[in-house]
Amino acid sequence: MLIARVVGDITATAKHPSHEGRKILLVQPLDLDGSERGNPVVALDSVNAGIGDRVLLVQDGYAAFTAVGHKLAPIDSAVIGIIDQVEIVSDAVSKVVAQPDIPAAAGGAANSPVPKKQNKKNRT
Amino acid sequence: MTLGRVVGTIVATRKDPRLEGFKLLIVKPVTPDGKDEAGYLVAVDTVSAGFRELVITVAGSSARMADGCKDKPVDCVIVGIVDGISIDDVR
Amino acid sequence: MQLGRVIGRVWASVKNPGLTGQRLLIVQPVKADLSPTGKSIVCTDCTGAGAGEIIYWVRGREASFPFTPADVASDATIVGIVDEINTGKKKDPS
Repeated sequence: MLIARVVGDITATAKHPSHEGRKILLVQPLDLDGSERGNPVVALDSVNAGIGDRVLLVQDGYAAFTAVGHKLAPIDSAVIGIIDQVEIVSDAVSKVVAQPDIPAAAGGAANSPVPKKQNKKNRT
Repeated sequence: MTLGRVVGTIVATRKDPRLEGFKLLIVKPVTPDGKDEAGYLVAVDTVSAGFRELVITVAGSSARMADGCKDKPVDCVIVGIVDGISIDDVR
Repeated sequence: MQLGRVIGRVWASVKNPGLTGQRLLIVQPVKADLSPTGKSIVCTDCTGAGAGEIIYWVRGREASFPFTPADVASDATIVGIVDEINTGKKKDPS
């Protein structure tokens, strides 16, 4: 799975029948620092994502077509979640620089060994 | 399978219903001597791994062989927490 | 899947029997702004795409699924013809 941003949606009349009824999105895979990672890919949508959303992208065929609900369909990437929050332990990564898109983990989060608890705190 | 270190978490409320209850972690691939490699993975956690822990991830269709991941739209799963690594120095 | 533009066609009279009757098109992968990126590839087609059209194509094992139950030895297939890409930006009035 990758973190990606939805950068466009695509209209296509002539397409494989298994792609009907789903949004076709153009998504740009991102690196941890929010920079672009390669070229944008075309992915089918399973969660009703929109332009600008940060999303979870699967790029394995089986994962992608099960997400969209078609067995053995010609689909190799799908959007399976909309990301609310990304938390990164700054001292665990040697090369993470500025994170313009990713809200910086609070100071306490970096020292907390149990990520679950921190998430709950952040939500309230 | 690849070695990696847990460096972060992802929270997504709106997601495929089959992913509910799963923890999503960001894993940075590492070499056996602990150096970071390029890129990152978003992996489903099946072993309750924590921050900074060295883990084993499985990617691709084999990821769905992991316990509880059958027929779920996942392509990368954490399947183990590494206790120790020993490498033969004579190469 | 990736965006691409159909830039040509390949004819081959001797080919794997599974490919008999398949149109083979040359596709140049493109970026979101439709500028070319990377090397061009040969794709099978299940949509009836023609030269110059912007399409999206699927790679890997999934590329043979549109033709099931036939066994088509293809690792890249055009699965949709793009009518429009909306990137949320306002269009140039010109």
